This record gives sequence, structure tokens and C-alpha cells, in this order.
Amino acid sequence: MDIPYTVEVRRDTGLNNGKIGIWLFLASEVMLFGALFASYILIRTGSPSWPRGDTVLDYRLATFNTIVLIASSVTMVMAWASLMRRRFGTFRIYMAATVLLGGVFLVVKYFEYSHHLHLGEYPSHSNFFAIYYTLTGLHMLHVLGGMVVNAYFWGPGAKLWNTNPVWFTNRVEHSGLFWHFVDLVWIFLFPTLYLL
Amino acid sequence: MSHPGTVAAGAAHRAHEAHHEELGFWRKYVFSTDHKVIGIQYAVTGLLFLLFGFVLMMLMRWNLAYPGVPLPLIGGLFGEARMPGGTMLPEFYNELGAMHGTIMVFLGVVPLAVGGFGNFVLPLQIGAPDMAFPKINMASYWCLFLGGITMLGSFFVPGGAAQSGWTSYTPLAVIAGSGQTWWLVGMIFLITSSLLGAVNFLTTTIQLRAKGLTFMRLPFFVWAQFVTSFLLLLAFPPLEAAGVMQLMDRVAGTSFFMPSGLVVSGQVLANAGGGNTVLWQHLFWFLAHPEVYVLILPAMGIVAEIIANNTRKPLWGYRSMVYSIVFLGFVSFIVWAHHMFMTGMGTAMAAFFQTTTMIISIPSVVILTALVVSLWGGSIRFNTPMLFAISFLPMFGIGGLTGLPLGLNISDIPLHDTYYVIAHFHYVVAPGTIFALFAGIYYWYPKATGRRMNETLGKVHWFGSLVCMNVVFMPMFLVGLAGVSRRLFDAGSAYDFAQGTMHWNSVSSWGAWIMALFQIPFIFNFFWSIRNGEKAEDNVWQATTIEWSAPSPPPHGNFAVAPQAHRGPYEYSVPGANKDFTPQFEA
Repeated sequence: MDIPYTVEVRRDTGLNNGKIGIWLFLASEVMLFGALFASYILIRTGSPSWPRGDTVLDYRLATFNTIVLIASSVTMVMAWASLMRRRFGTFRIYMAATVLLGGVFLVVKYFEYSHHLHLGEYPSHSNFFAIYYTLTGLHMLHVLGGMVVNAYFWGPGAKLWNTNPVWFTNRVEHSGLFWHFVDLVWIFLFPTLYLL
Repeated sequence: MSHPGTVAAGAAHRAHEAHHEELGFWRKYVFSTDHKVIGIQYAVTGLLFLLFGFVLMMLMRWNLAYPGVPLPLIGGLFGEARMPGGTMLPEFYNELGAMHGTIMVFLGVVPLAVGGFGNFVLPLQIGAPDMAFPKINMASYWCLFLGGITMLGSFFVPGGAAQSGWTSYTPLAVIAGSGQTWWLVGMIFLITSSLLGAVNFLTTTIQLRAKGLTFMRLPFFVWAQFVTSFLLLLAFPPLEAAGVMQLMDRVAGTSFFMPSGLVVSGQVLANAGGGNTVLWQHLFWFLAHPEVYVLILPAMGIVAEIIANNTRKPLWGYRSMVYSIVFLGFVSFIVWAHHMFMTGMGTAMAAFFQTTTMIISIPSVVILTALVVSLWGGSIRFNTPMLFAISFLPMFGIGGLTGLPLGLNISDIPLHDTYYVIAHFHYVVAPGTIFALFAGIYYWYPKATGRRMNETLGKVHWFGSLVCMNVVFMPMFLVGLAGVSRRLFDAGSAYDFAQGTMHWNSVSSWGAWIMALFQIPFIFNFFWSIRNGEKAEDNVWQATTIEWSAPSPPPHGNFAVAPQAHRGPYEYSVPGANKDFTPQFEA
């Protein structure tokens, strides 16, 4: 049994199922991070003192990580564009780059976390660190999730290319939408936590 | 994106699928991706949890009716830590109360109303072969299952299950025993389950409607599920965020919801402090008010289907009902703080939220009125589903109207912490929603099994439940208006002013226990009819919507030929037609 519009586009909506699904999912993600950012604002405005981000955190590492994530978004688009041009070999290279850049982000994050933990700045240290670990931690889980999916499409999932290239291209596109969203969250996180 | 390769690729995909036609027992009944099997799994799980939550409540009702009296016969089963000598400890009462609320809402009603009916009925009603994402659908059920197991397991951890109410207000919940951590982890599973389900329902409704089935031809039930899914999609994530923060407060020692200098048992807590306790309430009710509509909208959808079918006439004001339910969905996001008038919010905030609350009552009244007017001049068939559906109307009416004083700041403050609130929302959810769910079970059971449930047993079940529901909840209005707090484990037996209403507590309790007896015919009927019920034809209720064109029970893939919609959903008693129903699916 086939589910209609898994691959092909429904004419009156102009979309396939996966694309609606991923956008709806992203809407819920906006609410998730929106609630955390709103909590951040409420806790910060209600607090008698709050450190400026760059006095506590290393904004240089974060700037580097911002560049890494933006670069990974570019390679993600290139991976999808390669499939649209039916260049599977190029797709593999760009997809590998996307996953590796995600890995670089995580490694930098690891050093950042261990530095703060080493200084005794645990989540319980202050509400600044509480929200810092919660927001970046949840974001990091999203990066990890995106990497797992992308690695799957780079590796075993790529078999679909041989049987149904259109479907495979769509899937990579949807995974890319998620990846860009994760990137976008970081672009909000970076100034909020590290600069303001 | 259109592509020349699509057709060939589709054919290859179909050939690939053909290898998987033969499914073993586990794939067919347990780890199934068929929306009907998943719907039934959801429904049975929901019913079991409803029964479990009901049992928790019956235990609570013992101590409310007879405070301090040992529970006869089974009192010894709960151990010395919970009921020494058969007498209930307040901590155990709190455990029962918190878990009753959590289980009824998140594991009982929502899985049955949304997961069960939504999964089983919605794809059939829109003429789809399955949900848009069958595997995600299966994942959604198993997330719910894990969440349920976590919640049940929490009864066995040291200190017992969560005791801070289903609302888990901070800072109480942060300093509570380890059961609260389990509650939070369980909730994260349940939220994930809802999220996956909501994405699936929305995509299915948008994409998989049959040819000719435009949005204004959708049955009202589909509209109700559609709006409900939007609420689940957008309202649950803030609670997930809040749950993560509470988990951080409990596990990592942060102070998101913890004020500075909190003294517990004579000791100042050593946390960083500076958190905002009311923030939890905001995030919680930002979910939980839309959640109220998650509980009621599917019920309205079910009742609308059954009323149209059994009055043999079109729903009165279908379009205004659809506009109302969409409007209701939007406004439900900006009324949440009417649960929080007691926090001492400023008058400007209170004025805003009481205004929006009064506004949101309008679409609910429009829907209820349309349903009542639909009865007018119909040739009503009083079968079991219809009896439950008709009973929904006054019961929900009582629940809704008694909610108005709670929506206004001034009258809410004296009423809010009393039994009046318990009576109000239970009238909405118990004889309201749960009656609609029973109606739906009796109505769609023939579609799921190919056999009807027994009518006589059904009517006994209906009559007993209707009487008992009112015996349980009507006295609570009186207790509440007398000012008795709803948070006392002994119903206020230590207070003078509560003495005058103590006897009403025993009336409520006996109502609840007798109601349990009236559920026995239903449970028996539910299982007995699978094999022994009267055989049902495909369109057993002579209905007009598309699900009735499928065989009963529908096979995997539902329809032999993809159905088409030729007209609106409720073309009953069309003048000049040769029968009193003109189905959507007949040309």
C-alpha cells in the first residue's frame, strides 16, 4: 500500500507530505525555544544583577562556532543542490562536510563546557549558567540529532538514491530545513548569551 | 518539485512494498503501522488508564467520605508506608490526587479522544488509505506507552509517585520526592508522543483528503481533530521547556523556579535562588489551557457526528460551527492566566485575561447552541450512542456555564481554591468529554469490529452513568460554595465551617462507587461483542460520511477504490431523495 503524495506533490497544496510535516515540526520547535527565550527574559529582568555574556563566556569560541554552523548550512544546501543536479558524488562530499562541521561545533562546545565545569561554574552556580547550560545543551542535542540524520543520508540512507532519487532528494531537503533551523537557533543564542 | 522520474520511481517503490504484504503477528498487531490498529491500541490504552485513574479517585473518595476511618477489606494492601492500619496518610492522598489528574488528562482522555478516535476515524473519514507517516504514527503510540510505564513505575520508587498535583507547581514540586522526577520524564515522553501525533494528523488532513473533499466538506469531527492537533503542536512545547527547566532544578540544582532564601523544614535551601516561581505557572497553563480544548474539541466532534446521524437531518449551522472552532483554537492561546488570578496579578493583566476568557465562551456557546438546535424537528433515534451524545449537551452546558464566574477575577478569587472548581471542570471533562467518548465507542465499534455492541447493556451503562455522574459532581458545587478547600485530604473535617457539608462528601463518594458498578456492563459488552455482537453491515447507522463506505472492519489500506466526495458531510433527509440519507461518497 502506498501513501499518496509521499514523493509527488499534491496539486492543490503544492507540497509533498514530508515538507508539510517538517515545517509543522519546526513550528513546534519555535515554540519550544521561544518558551526558553521568554523564560530567559523573565528571569533576567527579574534579577537584581546579571553578568554581561562576554565577561563570563568566551565569545571568541562562540564566534568561531557561529562561522562553523553557517558554513555547515552552506554545505547542506550544496549537498541538496548536488542531488538536484544529479551529482551523487558531489552530494556525498558536501554531506560529509556538513556532518564534520557539526562535529567541529560539538568539539568546540566540549572544550567550552569542560572549561566552565573546571572553574566550578556548574548549572547550579547562578541563573545565568542555568539558562546557559539549558539553552546550549538543548541546542546541542538538536545539532546531534541533525548530524545523526545527515550521517544516515550520507551512509545507509543513500541507497534510496538508486531506487527513488526524487524521494531521496526531498528527504535531504527536509533534513536541510531542520539543519538550517538549528543554525538559526544558534544565531539567536549567540548574541543573547555571549554578547548581551 | 515535479520530476520526470516520479512515475517510474513510484512503480519501483510499489514493487518494493509488495514483498512486505505478509506480516507476522508482531508486525500486524503489536508494532503495526496501520492507523486502525494504532487507533485501537491507543483507545484500549486510554480506556485502561481511565479505569486506573478512576480507581485512584475511588480510593481518595473513601478518605473524603470517612476521614480517618480505616478502609475495609483492601486497606491492608497498600502497606504501612501509605495506609498504616488501613488509614490513609495525607502523603498517599496527595500521591493519588496528583496521579489521578495526570493520568486522566494525559494518559486517559487525550490518548482515547485524539490518539484513539483521531487515528481510527480521521483517515477513514477523509478517504485516506492510512496516515501520512505510518511509522511516525507507531512511534507516537510507543512514546505514549513508555510515558505510561514511567508514570506507573513511579508508584514504586521510594517516596512514591508525584505528590504535587497534576499542575506540579513550583517550588513545591522542586523539593518533592523522587516521584516528581519520574513524572517529568514521563511527561517528556507523553509530549513527544503528542507532537508526533499532531504533525501526523495535520499533514494527513491537509494532504490525504479524498478527491472532492474540500475543507468545507470535511465532517465536523475532522475539523475538531484538526484544530486539536494545532493546539497540541504549539502548546505542548512550552511545557516541555518548562519540564526541562524543572528537571534541571531538581537534578542539576538550578534555580529557574526557586526563589532566594526559601526555607524548608526550618532550613534555608542552599540553591542560587533568584528564580521565578510564577514562571512555571505561566508555562504550565500556556499548555494546559489549550489542553482543556484538546480535551473538549474531539468530544464536540464526536457528538456532532452522532447527532447529525441520529436526528436524520443536517447539522444546524455547520459553517458557523467550523468558524467557531477555528476561532476557539486561536483564542485558547491567550486566556491561560485566568487559572492564575490567585497569584495576585495586577488588575491590568487580570482585565486582559478575563476579557479574552469571556470572548472565548462565545464560540463554545455557538457550537453548543448549534448542536442543541440540530435536535429541533429531527426524527431522533434513541440508540446508545445518541443517548450518550444527547447527555453530553446539558452536562457540558452545566460545566461551561459554571465556568463563567471562574473566568472573572472578582468571583474567581473566593471560588478558585474550593470544590466549586473541581465540580466545574469535572462537569466539562467527565460527564462531558467522557460521555462523548463513550458515544463514540458505541458508534464506531461496528466499523472497527464488524459487530454492534449490545443495546440493552449499553442503555444500562448510559442510565447508571448519567445518574451517578450527577450524584458525584452536583454536591461538589454545594461543598465549594460553602467555601471548603479542594486541597484537604480529610475534606475539611477539622474545620467548623466545613461540618455542614461533610455529608455531601459521602453522597459524592457513594455516587462514584456505584458508578463503578455501572461500568461493568460496558466492560463486559466491549469484550463480549467482539465475537458475539450482532453482525453489522458496512453502513450500519445509515450515515453519510466516507468512513461508512469502507468494509467493516476495513482492511489494510481501507478502501478498495479511492473514494470521492460529491457533497457536504451531512446530507440527511434531502427533499426528493429516495432515502433519508445521501452519502458523501455516492455519486
